Amino acid sequence: MNFVLSILFSGFAVMIVVLIPWVGVWAFDLKFLFGIVVPYAAMATFFIGIVVRVLDWGRSPVPFRIPTTAGQEWSFPWIKRNSVDNPKGLGGVIVRMIFEVFLFRSLFRNTSLEYRNADGGLKVNYEWEKWLWLAALVFHYSFLVIFLRHFRFFLEPVPAFVTLLESLDGFLQLGILPLNGLGIPDVYITDLLLLAAVTYLFLRRLYLPQMRYISLPADYFPLFLILALGLTGVLMRYLIRVDITAVKELAISLFKFSPTVPEGIGVIFFIHLFVLSVLIAYFPFSKLMHFAGVFLSPTRNLSNNNRFVRHVNPWNYPVATHTYEEYEDEFREHMIEVGLPVEKGIEPEAKEEEAEKE
Amino acid sequence: MADTPKPDELSKVDHTPPLFKGWMDTPVAIKPGIYCYGSKPKDLKYVDFPNPRDWSPAEEDWKLPENWQEIVHEGFKDRLDRFRSVKLFMDICVRCGACADKCHFFIGSGDPKNMPVLRAELIRSVYRKNFTTGGKLLGRFAGARDLDEDVLKEWWYYLYQCTECRRCSLFCPYGIDTAEVTIFGRELTNLLGLNTDWIAAPVANCYRTGNHLGIQPHAYKDMLEFFTDEIEDITGLRMEPDYNRKGAEILFITPSGDVFADPGTFTCMGYLMLFYYLKSLGLDITWSTYASEGGNFGYFTSHEMAKRLNAKMYAEAERLGVKWILGGECGHMWRVINQYMDTFNGPPDFLEEPVSPITGTRFENAKTTKMTHIIEFTADLIRHNKLKLDPSRNDNIKVTFHDSCNPARGMGLLEEPRYVIKNVCNNFYEMPPSTIREQTFCCGGGAGLNAGEDMELRMRGGLPRANAVKYVHEKYGVNMLACICAIDRAVFPDLMQYWVPEVEVTGVHEMVGNALVFEGEKERATNLRGEPLPGMEDEEDV
Repeated sequence: MNFVLSILFSGFAVMIVVLIPWVGVWAFDLKFLFGIVVPYAAMATFFIGIVVRVLDWGRSPVPFRIPTTAGQEWSFPWIKRNSVDNPKGLGGVIVRMIFEVFLFRSLFRNTSLEYRNADGGLKVNYEWEKWLWLAALVFHYSFLVIFLRHFRFFLEPVPAFVTLLESLDGFLQLGILPLNGLGIPDVYITDLLLLAAVTYLFLRRLYLPQMRYISLPADYFPLFLILALGLTGVLMRYLIRVDITAVKELAISLFKFSPTVPEGIGVIFFIHLFVLSVLIAYFPFSKLMHFAGVFLSPTRNLSNNNRFVRHVNPWNYPVATHTYEEYEDEFREHMIEVGLPVEKGIEPEAKEEEAEKE
Repeated sequence: MADTPKPDELSKVDHTPPLFKGWMDTPVAIKPGIYCYGSKPKDLKYVDFPNPRDWSPAEEDWKLPENWQEIVHEGFKDRLDRFRSVKLFMDICVRCGACADKCHFFIGSGDPKNMPVLRAELIRSVYRKNFTTGGKLLGRFAGARDLDEDVLKEWWYYLYQCTECRRCSLFCPYGIDTAEVTIFGRELTNLLGLNTDWIAAPVANCYRTGNHLGIQPHAYKDMLEFFTDEIEDITGLRMEPDYNRKGAEILFITPSGDVFADPGTFTCMGYLMLFYYLKSLGLDITWSTYASEGGNFGYFTSHEMAKRLNAKMYAEAERLGVKWILGGECGHMWRVINQYMDTFNGPPDFLEEPVSPITGTRFENAKTTKMTHIIEFTADLIRHNKLKLDPSRNDNIKVTFHDSCNPARGMGLLEEPRYVIKNVCNNFYEMPPSTIREQTFCCGGGAGLNAGEDMELRMRGGLPRANAVKYVHEKYGVNMLACICAIDRAVFPDLMQYWVPEVEVTGVHEMVGNALVFEGEKERATNLRGEPLPGMEDEEDV
């Protein structure tokens, strides 16, 4: 399996994902299936899958306390400790986790190897590299904002924070894109950022030789899915308009558990919805579970307090050891010879035997 | 033993993996100079390990037990249930590549399977095939593959090319720790009797004699007596160490490398001098020949073996009736003490919370484990002005400090050694920030890789560290690499000789020993190595 095959396979799979609802709705009018059955099934898979997976992780204990310490430990009052990167208690761990989850602290440390072996001899450097961190941050936060903006389709009346978010997200584009007045609605910055970030994350897998080598279909597939999700969303908003009122009616009916599919919703919406359904149904079985896994990671969510707070291993079991008695039994004579203290002297008979031998 | 290429040859490293040939289609090629010899049956038998036999990694037939796949499968399953780390790290990697160029073995070798992500994928691929539905259904398209003999060989080859240094785990956004994966993978190889000679033999030795070279108690004592003779020649004073003494207040345990191999021996002399110096101030300390190994070679084998060897520390402390334990300069020894010992073999209720008998400082951070690092101990002494030091005795050296992986990333002992160094010598220079402290690079020979037959691997793995040393050597004239790890002291001399021959290696307490000013000592003409002190170069040997 090389990168060409991986990309083709994932690309093909996503194409199928797009084609299924297209054909299904357009040719066979399976709106009930793609508007109601599939989304419900996907949501159920999503929630149940995540819970099952997290419980499964949780079932395995953490036998040892193994934080990766990334700063000075707590020792003397006159040595400044790093209470976040090397936490000694719960408070520090919480801050460390907040940094990790919301700001991708560890990724922020990233550097890039510059290895040159030219005329001047060997030059090895670890260069500034924040692009991956930046793209990851942009990607996740754009996704979050877009997700929150979608609340306008599920909730009536539209909550104030959604309206605020929309105006902020839309407001920023003024003066950047001269599209107003052309019948095209405000361009959301997050739409562009998400597509740009996903594209970057894809291109770096393709362009960087090491990334190309380690990437699996499981890396391209979710990227392509998200790209398809974003593109269908963008298409729907800016070019192929759908009846928003009808869409909202469907969305609300789904959440009220009295689903109906109103007339007049375009195929593009069903494609968008199906891609989303596949994405969330795929979620619990994929690397996307990193979102939950990071919270359980024992190198991050434990404090470095092993020497002053006892950590118990639930499956700790007794083991065979080589006891001092066994050790002394083997080396007693030598030990006595050089004056090392022993627990037991040499038995008189043994001594006599020794004497006889001599 | 394979010839190691010359530095300018070896440093021609290409970090670009093949374009079209995927890693799953690239079978392992086991190269001399990169791997360690296979374990010998007598060593495995001594500790009752399964499947002992004569085998060689270079041969086609590894003489695996018939049901080896079943053994691995069961072992895998069992460990997934016992270690959340393993289970989680099998599932959540997104292959972002942040770890890829952080590994010293990848930097020095360019072998793509030394990228931490791929090292783990070697195992994850088998996990997917055996334990996930997607992997079972989609096979290679889900990144899954069967465990066959070639894959097992690949595992072995790359699991014993990882020093469990955890540098990659620092950069991973989810904290995936390759050391966990390596420890786990090595446990599986040990189920099949596939260890290396350089790990299995020290394990058996540690089990039997207490130390990894298999030195028996009388010889251990002889070595320390020899050091006291040496110190007497230099200072005119006779250190008076004692051994296995019941009723002492403190038990001292150091890696046995300090007792048997230069330059660790000079560090050991430093300990002896420090203890003698403090004797009149109230230090009551004893050495043990039974617990005569601080390092834990079991940790390079399995958690269970680590526990079996570690048990000696508390057992000996209890037998001797000491109050607490002081530990010498060592790397992974301290990861085990900090992150495992109490959990393995505690609670040591027969001990007391460590208190320095000289300064009265309570070492609160060792409250339950009851073991303090000698660097902490010495830093506290210096802070309280309890040591008369003459740093100018170390004026002939320009020092840089190598943070050992485990005290750095498995503990956070960063400032204390620097504080001690700055008080015992006048010329201290740091290496670049991306190569020290929590970002420190491995010596290239940790986790049981410092054998002779894998010298090429060691020189490759040590390249990033050596390169940083070279940088400060050229910029500041640094000629001494200080460290607080016995494996470092065993590995670095070869590494420096190869990459930066002008630089020597020292433990921190060697410099302490040189700087310590004793009452009633004769004027010292040489340092602990027998080299003239600054200003004494013209003196005749006295």
